[in-house]
Parts: sequence; C-alpha cells; structure tokens
Amino acid sequence: MRISRSAVSAVVACCALVGASACSGSGSGGGSSSGSGTYTFWDPYPQFDSSAAWAKLVASCGTQAGVTLKRTALDTTDLNNKALLAGQQGSLPDLMMVDNPFVSTLVQAGVLTKTSDLGLDTSALQKNIVGAGTTDGAAYGIPIGANTLALYYNKTILTQAGIDPASVKDWASLTAALKKAKAAGKKGITFGAIGTEEGSFQFLPWFWGAGGDLNKLDSPQGVAALTLWKDWVSQGLAPNDVLSNTQTTSWQEFATGQYAFGENGTWQLANAEKAGFDYGIITIPGQNGGSAPVPTGGEFVTVPVQKDTSRYAVDKKIMECLTSNTNFLSTDTTLSYIAPVSAVQDQQVQQNPALKPWVSAIAAARGRTSGGLGTKYPVISEQMWTAVQGALSGGKSPQSAMEAAQKGVASHQS
Amino acid sequence: MSTAHADDLHRSAATSRAPSEHADPPPAPSRRSRWVPRGSQLAAWAFLLPVVVYLGAFYAYPLYRNVDLSLRHYTVRSFVQGGAPFSGWDNFRQVIDNPTFSTALRNTMVFTLVSILFQYVLGLALAVFFHRGFRLAPTLRALFLIPWLLPLIVSASTWSWMFNSESGVVNYGLHLVGVGKVDWLTSPHWALTSVIIANIWIGIPFNLVILYSGLQNIPAELYEAASLDGATGWQQFRRITFPLLRPVSAITVLLGLIYTLKVFDLIWIMTRGGPGDSSTTLSTWSYRYGFGSLLPDFGPGAAVGNILILIALAFGLFYIRLQRSQPA
Repeated sequence: MRISRSAVSAVVACCALVGASACSGSGSGGGSSSGSGTYTFWDPYPQFDSSAAWAKLVASCGTQAGVTLKRTALDTTDLNNKALLAGQQGSLPDLMMVDNPFVSTLVQAGVLTKTSDLGLDTSALQKNIVGAGTTDGAAYGIPIGANTLALYYNKTILTQAGIDPASVKDWASLTAALKKAKAAGKKGITFGAIGTEEGSFQFLPWFWGAGGDLNKLDSPQGVAALTLWKDWVSQGLAPNDVLSNTQTTSWQEFATGQYAFGENGTWQLANAEKAGFDYGIITIPGQNGGSAPVPTGGEFVTVPVQKDTSRYAVDKKIMECLTSNTNFLSTDTTLSYIAPVSAVQDQQVQQNPALKPWVSAIAAARGRTSGGLGTKYPVISEQMWTAVQGALSGGKSPQSAMEAAQKGVASHQS
Repeated sequence: MSTAHADDLHRSAATSRAPSEHADPPPAPSRRSRWVPRGSQLAAWAFLLPVVVYLGAFYAYPLYRNVDLSLRHYTVRSFVQGGAPFSGWDNFRQVIDNPTFSTALRNTMVFTLVSILFQYVLGLALAVFFHRGFRLAPTLRALFLIPWLLPLIVSASTWSWMFNSESGVVNYGLHLVGVGKVDWLTSPHWALTSVIIANIWIGIPFNLVILYSGLQNIPAELYEAASLDGATGWQQFRRITFPLLRPVSAITVLLGLIYTLKVFDLIWIMTRGGPGDSSTTLSTWSYRYGFGSLLPDFGPGAAVGNILILIALAFGLFYIRLQRSQPA
C-alpha cells in the first residue's frame, strides 16, 4: 500500500513536470483561443506599470472594443526575441507594439498582417514615419509616434566659451565650436558609438548628413562622416569612451554639465529639465549646412497573423482607438514622442513650445529600413557599427574600416 | 564506527539468508520476482522517470535542437514558418572562414588560461594565508567571498564604471601616481586585459574556498615534523602543502576551466566584445550572431555554440579521467 502510494505520487510528479514543460511552450501567448473575450497585447514599455496613463489607455481601448485587453510589457530586445519564438510556436498576441527597424524582420518572418488587409488606411500619416513599417509598398502597422536625435547644448558652457548656438550651421562651424569649448576648459561633445544598433542609430545623422547611402558604405560621403567622428575623438573634442557609450550613458555624461554638446533623443527631454543647467536644442547639421536627415525611432502597432481571422475585426477597433488623434496626443506626450500626424504635432507644440525643433527634426527624418532596404538594413547596420568601432578605437583608418564593412555586407548577401 | 556497524548488518543479513538458500535452491531471478511485488518495480521506474524526463527536457532536447540549428540554413522566415533546408557543415565552414573566428578562439584561450592562472595563484596564496588562522580571519575570509555572492551584472557594471576612461576611479588612481590616461575598455590593446582583470577578481573566492578546504585535510603533524627537522616556511609549502593539495588543485583548475570558457555576461556588459573584435570570445560571438542585431542568424550562432561545447567537453572528459585515476 505504501509502495503503491509512493509510486502514484512519483508518477503524478513527473506528469506535472512533463505537463509544465509542454504547457510553457504554448500557454504564455494566449491569443489563439477563439471566441473568448480576452485579447492579448505586448509592448516594449516596461517602465509603465498598470497604474500608468499608457496602461489605462490600452485597457480602455480594449473595453471600447468590447473585450478585455491583457497587456504584457517587455524590454525591446526581449520582445523582439520573444516575438520570433512566439511566431514559431503559434502563440503570438493579438496586437504587438514593435520597434520600427524590427518590423521588416517580422514581415520577412511572415508573422504580421498588412494594415490594408485589416481595412485601415495610413495615408493621413506622415510618409517618412510610416516608411519604416512599409515593405514592397505595403504598410504593416501604424506608428504610435516617433522620436529622433538632435543636439542638446549646455547654455552655460556656450556662453562661457563665447559660442553662439545659431552659428552652428554645418560640420565646420560645429567643430569650431567644439574647439572653443575645449579651449575654455570644457569638453566638446558626447555621443554613443557602442557596438550595437544604438551606435548605428547615433551615427546615421552624420552618415546621411554627408549624403551617404546605406547601399554603399565606403562611398566618400560615408568615409567623411566616419572621419569627422574619428577626428573629434583623436583631437579630444569627444571623449574616447563614446566607444562604449549607450545613449543613456552618453546622456549621463552630458548631464554632468561638463560637455558643451550631446547628441541625444527626444526621450531625454524630461531628464533635461532635471539636469540642473539651462539647455537648448538644435537640429544636427548636415556636412555643408541644413538639417541632417535623422533616423526615426519609435514603435508601430502591429497585428500578428492569427489562425482565427475573426479576431481581426476587434484588433482593428483596438488599433483605431490607440491611433486616434486624441490618443496620439496623450500617448506621445507620455512617451515624449512626436505624433505621426501634423495636426497633432501642432497641438503638441502648442502645449510645449520646446518641442518645435523636434517636430522639424522629425520632418527631415527617415526610417532606417525605408527606401526598400528592409531586412538588408540589419546586416548593413552591424557592419557600419563595426566600422565605427574599428576606426574610433584607432585600429583602422575610416577608409579601410568602411571598405571592410562594405565587403562584409557583400559577403553576407552573396 | 558507522562502517563497522554497517558491516555487521551485512554479515547478519548474509547468515540469516544462508540456511534457506541451502534448503531450497531455485534460480535467483524467479525467486526475486516472487518476493518483490510488481508495484515496487513500477515504483523504481517511477523514481527514475523524473530524472530521465528532466535530462531529456533540459539537456538532451536543447542540445539536439542546437545541433539541428547549426546544420540547417535558417532565415527568420524558416525559423518561424519551418522548413529550413539541411545545409550540412555550411554554417561551420562559414564560421571558421570568418576572420573573427581566429580572433575569438585566441581571445577565448587567452581569457581562460590567464584568468585560471591568476585565480589559482591568488586563491592559493589567500588560502595559505587564512589557513594559519589569526584574529578576525573568518571575518576577513567572509569579505573575500563577496565577489562570489554579487550578481554578475552588478560586478560587471561596477568594473566598467571603475575602468571608464574619463571618470573611472582606476584612471584617477593612475593619475595620482603620475600615469597617463588608459582607455581600459575602449582601446583594442586593453579591452581584453580589462575583462580578464575583472574575471580574475570574480574567480578568486571559488579558488579560495576549495583550496582552503583542501588545506584543512593536510594533517598538522606533517608540518610539526617538518619544522622539527628545520624546514623553512617555503620548504614546507613546496614539500608538503603543494604536493598534498595536488588532487584538490587539479579539480579546482579543471572546474575553473569549464566555468571560464563559457563566461559571457561579464564581457558582454563591460565591452560587448569590442572595440571591434578585440575582446570577443566564442561565447559573445555566438550571442552576437543569434541576438546581437535586428536580423538574427541562428545557424552560425548555434555552430559557434557547438564548437564551444566541444572544447568544454574535451576538458570535461579530461576531468572525469583525472578524477577516476585519483584514489578517493
């Protein structure tokens, strides 16, 4: 009797173990159980808990569509990896917010529905912002807003060093300003050149600002941009640790109050208010003047492919709700993003005039995967940040670093 | 005492069984099956099952998947939708032909061997130091264990702050003694050294603890006899401590080898394998393939992972052989 009981309990224990491992594969995503009133939603905003305005908006959009919308927040990289795994296991959520350069990867994986198939229209949205989510002419999601890069400057240092921010119009005048700041005993500029996608994101305004083309990294324009960065570092106008700087650590450097300029994003506005010194913002100058094209950041609301197509009707309602003009205004204010619709942008500037330079930066912005690049971009980007690392660390000349990068792209595509 | 007791039990069990075996000598197996109820055999299997399921689910299957990944040509599409074509050794060939391969392999070897050497020497020196026993020794020893207790992300982030070229405490210290700025994490000449230094610091407690317990097993009489014979401290260490510690040392070093080969988080947090490939090891390279860019390349990533597993396996087999050849 005792034996059989222990045998039974052992069997029960293993079944539980087997069951648990079997369930973990498909249980987490949910979403595929048709007919239920619960829909699932993933976003990369773990900073917002259930009491945040964003979470409340998500829940209310679910309620308006007549369902319960269950939100799961993950870190961006985590969400990207999980989306591919969930795609493999058929457990994708009903709606998913995707970092814009990753949209084309998911499109290639075949896990996103076309926005037009849902009966949604993206023509009212700013073209360059939608571009990142467009493959072969079809949009695969609606941008919730966009962020981008500009130059923050420290007003105190600029005054001390006798630099007029309005005089910074091209690379030459910017470099001259950095030299003045250094001469005044301060540090010039900080940015993030880390060997990840962030590094490429930060490099792109200079690359595009020189007229560079991502299809040809080793063009004279591309080499010029890398030369600019390398010269700043070798002349001590930018610190050597930009090589390991993320945008966050770069911001922390700027926030020490020792740097005249810092290349950073829209999302730092709230932190800038807390920095304890007066700051200003100018758009990143192109090599020969004008605003350099900057890359767009920000997420798209997407609808992953579902077996049960009857769910799309509700998904559409939720998507319409999240991307209505009223909700754009509140969401983009919370996220410190710029709305993808000009009418809402005007309202944003009205509320907060400090956003004006950002709105013009967004107008000149490009999607990283736009222009037909799609999933070629991640390959190019990896080679590009490797070239930046190679040149800035002193190992290679900008010319040979970019040549090696172009070769790397070619060998990957062959 | 306890073994003697156990022997008694064995003997008594044997004698009590003996008469019946004489009287009735049927073949042993059938007798056993008569006496042992079926349920208990079932129970034996049931007890085995969890281990088998555990090993299958958490070791065999992931390993199989990793080998499978490395032998197929995966794109994001075929990863999600299935149907990746079998590509034989293509991924391995691609990885080995890549210029990063030789760099990563060399870095992995340098990282592992230098780390082990210093961890062992410093760990042994500290173990001998603490073995003497002095006031507050236990407290101090506990303090030395801190690197082991800290989560790796904390120690790695702290090291990368300390090594920061602009505002790090290490460069500040160097500045005080008149040495110029060193770009610890951002110069291709120093990045590998920096992560090795951090890794040595993290590995010392492990060596300290194992070697210290090894020292406890060396009989004190040996030292007493040696000092009566006039042996100096260094002679005692060379002739007694080191030889008698050899079995423990071998195990410490081999376990350290296996642990250090696969170090990933420390390097990733401190340098991401950069600048360029200057601190890239096989483990960070494998991760970079799989998760480092927006377009995962799982096939070559798995291939690098499998090469690393093979290297660790070679050391593992060596460890098992060594353990068998040693008297318990």
